[in-house]
Amino acid sequence: MNALVSFIIFGILVAIPWFGVRVLGWESLFGIVIPYVCFLVFVIGLIYRIIDWAKSPVPYKIPTTCGQQKSLSWIKRSLRDRLENPFTTWEVVLRMFFEVVFFRSLFRNLRADLQGKRLIYGSAKWLWLGAILFHWSFFIILLRHIRLFTNPVPEIIQGLDYLDSFIQSFGVPPIYITDILILAGLTFLLLRRLIDSKVSYLSYGSDFFPLFLLLGIGITGVLMRYYFKVDLYAVKQLTLGLATFHPTIPEGAKIGTIFYIHLFLVSTLAAYFPFSKLVHMVGVFFSVTRNMPNNNRAVRYVNPWEYPVKHYTYYEYQERFKDKMIEAGIPIDEEVQPEEEHEWYSLYIVGSKLPPKIKS
Amino acid sequence: MSLPKPDELLTDVNLYKTPEKDWMDIKPELKRGIYCGIVEPNIMEDLGLPSFGKWQVSDEKWPLPENWKEIVKEEILRRMEMHRSFKLFMDICVRCGACADKCHFFLGTGDPKNMPVLRAELIRSIIKGEFSTFGKLFGKFAGARELTEDVIKEWFYYFYQCTECRRCSVFCPYGIDTAEITIMGREILHKLGIATDWAMKPVHNSYFVGNHVGVPPQSFKENLEFLTWEFEEITGIHIDLDKYINRKGAEIMFVPLSGDYFADPGIYTMLGYLVLFHYLDLDVTMSPFASEGGNFGYFNSLEVAKRLHAKVYEEAKRLKVKWILGGECGHMWRVWNQYHNTWFGPIDFLEVPKSPITGTVFEHAKSNKIVHIIEFTADLIAHNKLKLDPSRNDHVIVTFHDSCNPARALGIFEEPRFILRHVCNNFVEMPENTIREKTFCCGSGAGLNAGENLELRQRGGFPRANAVEYVHKKYGVNQLVCICAIDRAVFPTLLQYWVPGVEVSGVHELVANALVFEGEKSRTEDLRRRPLKHPVKGVDQPTEGEEG
Repeated sequence: MNALVSFIIFGILVAIPWFGVRVLGWESLFGIVIPYVCFLVFVIGLIYRIIDWAKSPVPYKIPTTCGQQKSLSWIKRSLRDRLENPFTTWEVVLRMFFEVVFFRSLFRNLRADLQGKRLIYGSAKWLWLGAILFHWSFFIILLRHIRLFTNPVPEIIQGLDYLDSFIQSFGVPPIYITDILILAGLTFLLLRRLIDSKVSYLSYGSDFFPLFLLLGIGITGVLMRYYFKVDLYAVKQLTLGLATFHPTIPEGAKIGTIFYIHLFLVSTLAAYFPFSKLVHMVGVFFSVTRNMPNNNRAVRYVNPWEYPVKHYTYYEYQERFKDKMIEAGIPIDEEVQPEEEHEWYSLYIVGSKLPPKIKS
Repeated sequence: MSLPKPDELLTDVNLYKTPEKDWMDIKPELKRGIYCGIVEPNIMEDLGLPSFGKWQVSDEKWPLPENWKEIVKEEILRRMEMHRSFKLFMDICVRCGACADKCHFFLGTGDPKNMPVLRAELIRSIIKGEFSTFGKLFGKFAGARELTEDVIKEWFYYFYQCTECRRCSVFCPYGIDTAEITIMGREILHKLGIATDWAMKPVHNSYFVGNHVGVPPQSFKENLEFLTWEFEEITGIHIDLDKYINRKGAEIMFVPLSGDYFADPGIYTMLGYLVLFHYLDLDVTMSPFASEGGNFGYFNSLEVAKRLHAKVYEEAKRLKVKWILGGECGHMWRVWNQYHNTWFGPIDFLEVPKSPITGTVFEHAKSNKIVHIIEFTADLIAHNKLKLDPSRNDHVIVTFHDSCNPARALGIFEEPRFILRHVCNNFVEMPENTIREKTFCCGSGAGLNAGENLELRQRGGFPRANAVEYVHKKYGVNQLVCICAIDRAVFPTLLQYWVPGVEVSGVHELVANALVFEGEKSRTEDLRRRPLKHPVKGVDQPTEGEEG
């Protein structure tokens, strides 16, 4: 049901540029205005999210440790331990690197099966594989697209293009490997969401939507290259115009509606990105269970809003149990004095003052 | 209420079948045996905490304050402003489902709301529904819903079906930590006066009496006396307790766990600490007021946790010790490792911990001055300072349970294993996917070790027990060793149910049992009076053969 609604919304999104360009002939709107607006929303939205996270305080150093801690000098810590339970900043950087670039945690994935009264754990790397195929292909495809926005095209991008298409087919043009892989990855991720009962149960419409959007972008892209054969020269005129802030719709050229659909879906994705779960791309860098070292006992971490709390004192305790302690032969502390009143705050104690640095 | 037999308990669990209805449309059905009772008002009031009368979980109408909705919304926003973790984790989950079958409560109940991702959705959906324009516009399609009284009941039910063990956070590609979410959920409920009796009474006890179980100073001493008498009867060695209690000017303050001087089998671990101190003639003392290293406050709110543990450093200061040694405990070590230094630092009135026996400086604890006794003992063994006879533990075949928080909030994996390999000859590991960072919770942590929720505990502890059963059958394991006081309190019940014939102990019980004392007398029993495989020949029985 969720998937169906998502697909319908996606269908409408495909129909809009088709109708707009094919029927109404609003090339400028779909080729210039919408891409600019959406890109702006993307940039501003993402910056807003980053600032919003960056300025929210991190009160405690709470890494999730997945390897041997650094403690006694003779306890050997393997490279894996150092990456999974970092003590130094460098180790944290490496942990984050493996997390972001190779999806380390996802690689750990297991599946649990209950067979009668026995739990069996098996390796479950498919999700990792699907995710890595999609994300890496998407990244490379984005890089490849730089050729549409630069003139001359940087050599490194040309090289990437060459590498990606090294499988020369008989048909022209050569097939990009990433085109195949991204569609395979996305299809897997979509099927998994539809077929795996648990994942399907916890999926919202908004979980299917980006998959449809990305598949739509991928498929229109592939169609443009291998099937409809849009006028690449005209496309580059348009995209280069966008990039150099001299936007034009090439006169009389046959760019084809499919290009506008592709561009509109990309624009939608960009505008949707900062306000959806897709921000995990940036969010992962802020993850406090991954980006902090496990060195609390060696290096003190300061909480910007820490506040003194009300607590019970030994003096009160000893006053209460003095006789019993004497009777039991437990030494009494003769020097202890009632503690001076100290300022304290509370989020819970009825009628107390809220901590000053915390908004009411 | 009786619990079904082990063979029948899990018959309703199907990890592949999900309900017909969407989870948002399923009204919370609060089942007996799963939840804990509500705290008495006077317990909350004594601590100054909000309470709205005496009531029961089964009551149709819960006594929420009139403006409860505003309170909940305000508290959610406040926590998003206070904790980047909470804000971020609410934002970036993609519902990939990698966490789903990692939770012991999901594996033991099959309830989809026990999948960590949905546990988080319980709050996330409210944030979307109440604060986000997108959410208000698209509703269920975008995972948004309205805040109702049923939501509060649901939060109570499911945030008290999480032991904050962090296993899901190991597998999450973004490190989303359900413990953070459960902590926030429980904090918000706390604000509405909703807390469980089992998680709050220990707080009250620890605050006013010094420890969770409410043992006053005289009984603290009596309990320890009982242990040392037993030890004297078995080994003939007398331990003088006086210097270990409330003595000023000792070098080290040791902080024990109340579970370890309150009930079997934890008491043998407590005895283990005392025997070790006596063996080393360690200049150590304990405060009867700071006689609790654990922190049930942490299971209610971070603020209550801080209120409880202020006494640890206050007492160290009053007793004029140089540094602090902590016992074998689970969440305690999460709190001590990840929060203490921030809460109470800078700890400039203590010295950098240095073992008086080996001279080792514990550099890794140089700032907050707290050393884990497992680290301390491992260091002793590495420097050959303990004369150990591992054959004295030949009557047991042990396996080691990595307690959740020492594993996933500290990473103390090798130290206990190093000790075990030196104090016993039969040590085997449980299957790889159930140990170290992938270890399974006992199912009773985070304030869930009550009696009324026993069904939940047996279900949640099932994955752990199942791994124990595996090594029990394969290698004849008959003792589970752990470094957590809650573990020692709850595993006997869990294992008796799932794997009868496996006993539970701490590491230091085995250490003490393997220690060879100068001039010791012969004995045929271990510290808990089980027959030894190879009786110990002492000075009263000169050795003739090659026995040893």
